Amino acid sequence: MSNRAKLSLYVPEPNARPGERPGFEHFEIPAAGAVRCPDIGAPERELRDLPYTLIRVLDDQDAAVGPWDPKLSTDTMIAGLRAMMLTRTFDDRLFRAHRQGKTSFYMKSTGEEAIGAAQSLALDEGDMSFPTYRVLSWLMARGYPLKDLVNQIFNNAEDPLQGRQLPILYSARDYGFYSLSGNVGSRFGHAVGWAMASAYSEDDKIALAYIGEGTTAEGDFHEALTFASVYHAPVILCVTNNQYAISSHAGIAGADETTFAAKAIGYGIPGLRVDGNDFLAVWAATEWAAERARSNRGATLIEFFTYRAEGHSTSDDPTKYRPADEPSAWPLGDPLDRLKRHLIAIGAWDEERHAALAAELDTAVRAAVKEAEKIGTLGKSKPPVEQMFEGVFEEPDWRLIEQRREVEGL
Amino acid sequence: MPSMNMIQALNSALDVMLERDPKVLIFGEDVGYFGGVFRVTDKLQEKHGLKRCFDAPISEGGIIATAIGMGAYGLRPVPEIQFADYILPAFDQLVSEAARLRYRSGGEFWAPITVRSPYGGGIFGGQTHSQSPEAIFAHITGLKTVIPSNPYDAKGLLISSIECNDPVIFLEPKRLYNGPFDGRHDQQVKPWAGHPDAEVPEGHYTVPLGKAAVVREGEAVTVLAYGTMVHVALAGIEDSGVDAELIDLRSIVPLDIDTIVESVKKTGRCVILHEASRYGGFGGELTALVQERCFHWLEAPVERVAGWDTPYPHAFEWDYFPGPKRLATALHKVMQD
Repeated sequence: MSNRAKLSLYVPEPNARPGERPGFEHFEIPAAGAVRCPDIGAPERELRDLPYTLIRVLDDQDAAVGPWDPKLSTDTMIAGLRAMMLTRTFDDRLFRAHRQGKTSFYMKSTGEEAIGAAQSLALDEGDMSFPTYRVLSWLMARGYPLKDLVNQIFNNAEDPLQGRQLPILYSARDYGFYSLSGNVGSRFGHAVGWAMASAYSEDDKIALAYIGEGTTAEGDFHEALTFASVYHAPVILCVTNNQYAISSHAGIAGADETTFAAKAIGYGIPGLRVDGNDFLAVWAATEWAAERARSNRGATLIEFFTYRAEGHSTSDDPTKYRPADEPSAWPLGDPLDRLKRHLIAIGAWDEERHAALAAELDTAVRAAVKEAEKIGTLGKSKPPVEQMFEGVFEEPDWRLIEQRREVEGL
Repeated sequence: MPSMNMIQALNSALDVMLERDPKVLIFGEDVGYFGGVFRVTDKLQEKHGLKRCFDAPISEGGIIATAIGMGAYGLRPVPEIQFADYILPAFDQLVSEAARLRYRSGGEFWAPITVRSPYGGGIFGGQTHSQSPEAIFAHITGLKTVIPSNPYDAKGLLISSIECNDPVIFLEPKRLYNGPFDGRHDQQVKPWAGHPDAEVPEGHYTVPLGKAAVVREGEAVTVLAYGTMVHVALAGIEDSGVDAELIDLRSIVPLDIDTIVESVKKTGRCVILHEASRYGGFGGELTALVQERCFHWLEAPVERVAGWDTPYPHAFEWDYFPGPKRLATALHKVMQD
């Protein structure tokens, strides 16, 4: 022992803390269009460069370039822009509603809107997504009623989840949006099971799962990848790498040594690493993985490289652990802004129409909040108390019946 | 009617359900080609095909997570956990997901899964092949927990569990797989053949969940037991000479409270017997329920005979396992109170 060098525990630290200059210089960001787009039938062993690069379509001049350009129609891109703008407008309005004491909790998805919006539009109606709490844009792209979202957030008498669930932990089966839960990662394997069930049933539906980069450290991530690989499950497994898990930088989840997309290699499934703020790149990668899944070629892991532009939740102050100006230094920009500029560049959009759409969405969100407020905000209105005892089982047992009577008698 | 041991009865239940419902599928460690380490899934893959009964990676969390996803899709998976001692890596899936899915989604999704797992001691299984974890599941709102004690019930309860739209933890007393075991470990263990409860119909039938069975009628004291302890209780009652009424709970969630209360009101005394360690065990809940509902009828404090509050030991198998002698002692004690 005495003749040997002393060991030293390494603890990863982020490049910048509060008061320091944001440090994103070390990120290698390939030019848009630089990454090859292999045939969907390519074997995994021929795809092992892809997890270490970054698939990008929108370039610095706002043009869509390269082999991953999904060549979307203008209408589709405008639908995507609309979903992203609606998500951000809703987030800002409901964050404010929390500060006004109308609800107990809220989480924004600012900066990550392209992911859910593009994937929601790219997949089919019968496909099922297994979301995290930061994929509101999936629902916005599919036209989920705004009022019902606010009713859930206010937990009022018309809450679609009957007041049982924390705000924003939605469930929307008809919109291909699986029930959310507060415990992270535990639904990643459900998506694999759902996909296995679709294959078992000789259906043509696929599943899509989300997990944050922080949660890839959970055992659920490994389990899901193992099962997806073993049974060639028709599933798209998405890691949203937004650089932060609450206050912990991605290095604490393993990002300093490898990429999250590269984790796919050890499981023998393709791994793609994609510019998460590039609506067109998100779409293209999703379509590629979906085609593989639908043709019985199995699962794909996609890392969406993005940045959590706001605090983790209404209970978090990010200036306590990262530079206050870091969001504006993020090198991949803002997903709304990038798609907007592209649409303008191709002559399909202009500032006037953009302002008009922004105003329309703002009015719609305000109206939804107002309508939900009429029913009631948290604590001012709630579903009938017997709902507390429903849904534990298909039919309540004697305990639940007795306890319901006890509550009603109080 | 054919005579089956518990393994054959469980195999028959799975066979019937695979035949009857294309949404039923079975997976778990070694359950496919090999037919399971206890033979419960023997020949099911051969008969019903690779996709209906297949092997899974050694990943309890992954097995239950995928089963829940399959259930949400609309299938009726029957995953196996090789030993109940190894169910804990799947605990988060069972507690946070399977048990809560219907409630939290406002009824949009649910998990009609039946998790089969061999449990219990008396087999020199040591610390990780002997545990009885039913109390930790009983405490989880949204899970049902079922424990058969004989081949007839095993098949009927398993079919009911698979057909149930709620998640069921189906614990199989492995000590009873081949024959009824009454705790008299120094005597030759008899096979199921010839036992009246080993007469098992070939086809489909059910034993309802939440319905206890009165195994022995008596007037002096009520004994509550389940699993292997039902047979230990019969031996203990015989040894004690006390005219005890024995109730096999069969499912502990939902619990057949009416049968329990009716019996204790009649006898005025109650002894609870389980293998699991005592502190925080399901016996505590049973004691509280009996006390709350039968207080004015009770003539003695409720007694609990259970495993000790230690990990399940190897060399001390018969010092730990609550045998007929300990029950007989408890029966004499409550009769003197």
